[in-house]
Amino acid sequence: MYHAIVFLPLLGFLIAGIFGRMIGPRPSEIVTTSFVAIAALLSWIALFSVGFGDGATTVRIGNWMVSGELAVDWALRIDALTVVMLVVVNTVSALVHLYSIGYMHEDPSRSRFFAYLSLFTFAMLMLVTSDNLVQMFFGWEGVGLASYLLIGFWYQKESANAAAMKAFVVNRVGDFGFALGIFLVFYIFGSTSFDVIFPQVEAFATGEAGADFVFLGLDAQGTLTLACLLLFMGAMGKSAQFLLHTWLPDAMEGPTPVSALIHAATMVTAGVFLVARMSPLFEFAPTALVVVTGIGALTAFFAATVGLVQNDIKRVIAYSTCSQLGYMFVALGLGAYSVGIFHLFTHAFFKALLFLGAGSVIHAMHHEQDMRNMGGLGKVIPLTALMMVIGTIALTGFPFTAGYYSKDAIIEAAYASSAGMSDVAFVAVVIAALFTSFYSWRLFFMTFAGKARWGEGHGHDAHAGHGDDHAHHHDHKPHESPPVMMIPLILLAIGSLVAGFLFKGVFIGDGYEAFWGDALYTRPDNTILVDLHYVPAWVVWSPFVMMAIGFGLAYWMYVRDTSVPARIAQEQPLVYRFLLNKWYFDELYDIIFVRPAKRLGHFLWRTGDGKVIDGMGPDGISARVLDTTSWVVRLQTGYIYHYAFAMLVGAAALVTWYLIAGVR
Amino acid sequence: MFGFGILSGLLILPLIGAAFILTLRGDEAAIRNNARWAALATTIVTFLLSLVAWARFDTGSADFQLVESHAWLMETTRFTLGVDGFSLPFVLLTTFLMPFCILASWETIKTRIKEYMVAFLVLEALMIGVFVALDLVLFYIFFEAGLIPMFLIIGIWGGKRRIYASFKFFLYTLLGSVLMLIAVVAMYWQAGTSDIPTLLAHDFPVSLQTWLWLAFFASFAVKMPMWPVHTWLPDAHVEAPTAGSVILAGILLKMGGYGFIRFSIPMFPDASMYFAPMVFALSVIAIVYTSLVALMQEDMKKLIAYSSVAHMGFVTMGLFSLTPQGIEGAMFQMISHGLISGALFLCVGVIYDRMHTREIKAYGGLINRMPLYGVAFLLFTMANVGLPGTSGFVGEFLTLIGAFQANFWVAFVATTGVILSACYALWLYWRVMNGPLVKPELQAIQDLDRREVLLLAPLGILVIYYGVQPQVILDAFAAPTQALLANAYPVLQAGASLAGIQ
Repeated sequence: MYHAIVFLPLLGFLIAGIFGRMIGPRPSEIVTTSFVAIAALLSWIALFSVGFGDGATTVRIGNWMVSGELAVDWALRIDALTVVMLVVVNTVSALVHLYSIGYMHEDPSRSRFFAYLSLFTFAMLMLVTSDNLVQMFFGWEGVGLASYLLIGFWYQKESANAAAMKAFVVNRVGDFGFALGIFLVFYIFGSTSFDVIFPQVEAFATGEAGADFVFLGLDAQGTLTLACLLLFMGAMGKSAQFLLHTWLPDAMEGPTPVSALIHAATMVTAGVFLVARMSPLFEFAPTALVVVTGIGALTAFFAATVGLVQNDIKRVIAYSTCSQLGYMFVALGLGAYSVGIFHLFTHAFFKALLFLGAGSVIHAMHHEQDMRNMGGLGKVIPLTALMMVIGTIALTGFPFTAGYYSKDAIIEAAYASSAGMSDVAFVAVVIAALFTSFYSWRLFFMTFAGKARWGEGHGHDAHAGHGDDHAHHHDHKPHESPPVMMIPLILLAIGSLVAGFLFKGVFIGDGYEAFWGDALYTRPDNTILVDLHYVPAWVVWSPFVMMAIGFGLAYWMYVRDTSVPARIAQEQPLVYRFLLNKWYFDELYDIIFVRPAKRLGHFLWRTGDGKVIDGMGPDGISARVLDTTSWVVRLQTGYIYHYAFAMLVGAAALVTWYLIAGVR
Repeated sequence: MFGFGILSGLLILPLIGAAFILTLRGDEAAIRNNARWAALATTIVTFLLSLVAWARFDTGSADFQLVESHAWLMETTRFTLGVDGFSLPFVLLTTFLMPFCILASWETIKTRIKEYMVAFLVLEALMIGVFVALDLVLFYIFFEAGLIPMFLIIGIWGGKRRIYASFKFFLYTLLGSVLMLIAVVAMYWQAGTSDIPTLLAHDFPVSLQTWLWLAFFASFAVKMPMWPVHTWLPDAHVEAPTAGSVILAGILLKMGGYGFIRFSIPMFPDASMYFAPMVFALSVIAIVYTSLVALMQEDMKKLIAYSSVAHMGFVTMGLFSLTPQGIEGAMFQMISHGLISGALFLCVGVIYDRMHTREIKAYGGLINRMPLYGVAFLLFTMANVGLPGTSGFVGEFLTLIGAFQANFWVAFVATTGVILSACYALWLYWRVMNGPLVKPELQAIQDLDRREVLLLAPLGILVIYYGVQPQVILDAFAAPTQALLANAYPVLQAGASLAGIQ
């Protein structure tokens, strides 16, 4: 069964990828979608058999590489953490496949699109099922490749190509840390396999086994912290955390279903998965956990501020994703791994819903993404609007929706924890909750409420022939999406409403032990999951209050008095521009990294290779030889007395030399 | 069979083919046709014979196998051939790549095709000779003689600046050769034989090791090429015909790495440990420096040439980490790079044949008309970048994990190479393949034809196959690596680490 879950998408990729042009788009769509759908059904079965039964197991497929004491297997590690990820990945992937049949129906290279989607799914499954760090790295880079291909799917758009390359390169920066982390783990434990590493950690960290261990002047504890931080650097790249976040908003250049699948629900949560998977290491590296909390809190806050002012509907949601990932890392950093994974789980539903809903809006608006040209769509596409409401209340944490359980648990954990940075994190996530509510409702109101701002642009064309002609008319008027797109939305909406209270008990409540088993490790003195239930009432209420204020502000600014936002932007130009330009990170990186690298490359090429090495080496030598010969040529004047004179000088020099040498 | 074994067969077969082609007579068209088919047939038969050698080879053993020895110059310098786990994969790589070279030259070489094919077949024999020679003098002759056909291939069938490039190539490699010759003589006087297995067991005095090591290093470093003696490579690649580039990148560069593992590392262990930090420094400089230079190239072949230098930096770094992962990874990296860079040069050749320019600026948006080509080019680009699942990853990963155990900072700097390689390789792909197809002269460009698919598909399949199942090759390296480290470096086995930061 596990083979089927993982390899069906690969099979789908191969069929659609190799034979796509032969069999045409429709069969490709059917094959890939149905394969992933089967995998999704099997994943739910796996969830119940492993999570609620006792089915944890490791399926060995074969060996990958063996060199010295390094032995890497291809294997599927099936435990509670894996099956949760399997469910998330395959469910969202299957729904996105289905949705794309409608969304991409005009695109001539649909087979390629579906092949890429399935390739992504396969790589992601390899990532979450791996039983060692190297196979995880395989999946890790594999999803990076798929992301690169899908962001750049519309290869004629230069902005899409740039975004694709940026995504790959920034992720590689994270992978640089991940790779070094793998090397260090191998150096410490002599293996990359989880089953070998995890049992050794405690003895090593507490000094029983690593008493005289020194690495770069660090003791065992310090080395373990370094290893965790390096691995976390990989997680920061993949999960678009602060400093390595710049690729995610640009990644929205890809088709919207891709944004929903890869850049909201699954791939970007790989970093969260990595830290949770490595919880046995992180538990013994408290300093690393503090960093995780700090980066998470900073990202949650930073991305939310940027989200406040963006006008592109997808970019708002992208920054929201970035911010929510920050929440997950805060939970992980506090040692509440299951809370982080719980938020990952619920977030997958409502964020995929929001993206696919946005896709439905974009579809309706004929590929218009700027919210300033929308408005009033609530009456035109009511079902999409309803779906967006559900997504928004789930994201903002309206009571009893999915986000309510997972996000509030993070906020409470931040308050209850006494670990480093937890106070900062608490303040950051509470403020971020306010911002989240504000930008989410801002998005909703700008898109669906108020007067239609799309009439002007479209109206001109639409009414060119005195617009009673219906056939002519429906091309230009926003329209509701077809059922093949709405069904995934409805399923995700149901998930967004019920995933929270259905799974709260087993993920973070009483069922914790029985459900997770050995998949997540917490030290005996880590009591955060208990502590978070004993926080003051005002802490429990704070997210709700923040949500209400955010809603109120957004309602006031974007429904009641729509001149307010412009006025604020005018009064605070510095803050506004700072936020609108995303804290100027792209410009900063361009100045610090991109341009110097190019200039240095050019310098090394022209001056280093050209002038210095070749100049002193072969070119220099041949030039000297030419100089000498031309000098010799000039001497050959043909006059006998010149030669005679030269002979005399030579003879004199020779005699002088012998005389001096003889005297000595 | 007359005392001649498979290995001499591998040496003689291409020469027979070359001799046959030389005898071809008739009108121009007939000669062209016959020369091409004869060369292709010869290389394929040679490849099949090398597969027989592979089948008879026992990867579990670290000894030289298929050994044959014939009387030659004198009793202490015999014509001895044999292979072990280090050399046989290179023999296979050579015989495997040759048919591709012949096929790649099928339409593109218009002049003196007879001589061209002869040059390639002679080159093949000499390259095989380098890897199977078990006598130092014999090795030296093959090693140096290989220069001549390559020099001719660049000088006669090359591009506009072919004379400059071929002389630069010749000068650099000759400089190294002279020093190596002195070392060969010195070793003969010291050990009284030029038999490689005997030399491997010989203990050279530490002071002599230093000089011998440096002399060999001069030659191998130029061949690799290592920074800062790498500048001949981009020029040679740019001017060489496509098949010449494939051989240059695929096989000739590997002779340097092979030399290190056959001579420097096992024969001069003290010197190798002493100089390891220097090699590390040069390797990481090469990786970062040439990656940055590659970023700014305007010529596709030059870009790939610089990327080759960077990849060879991983090889030297891995070899001198003196760890099992480092050495096996470096050897694997060489095989894998032979396939990947060969394929990349073939890819460049495909569009060069159509548009007669290698200028990156001249292209753009090719994917619109050449989807198949796009798939191939992307696959090899990703392999070049070291994406897991391709053979490029295995070599890079193992060399880095090996170097990490030797020295953290070396691995740290070298790992930045994975970021830089992504930059230059993807940027190249973007500029050539993606975007709208606007240039008028590209509007009618054709996708891969059947010959080109036949060229690229096997390489693509192997690159992925070895990425997922590298063990087929790694197994060959395992036994000799283990023996090498146990025999020459018992110190390191005891747990002491190299170049002492840790």
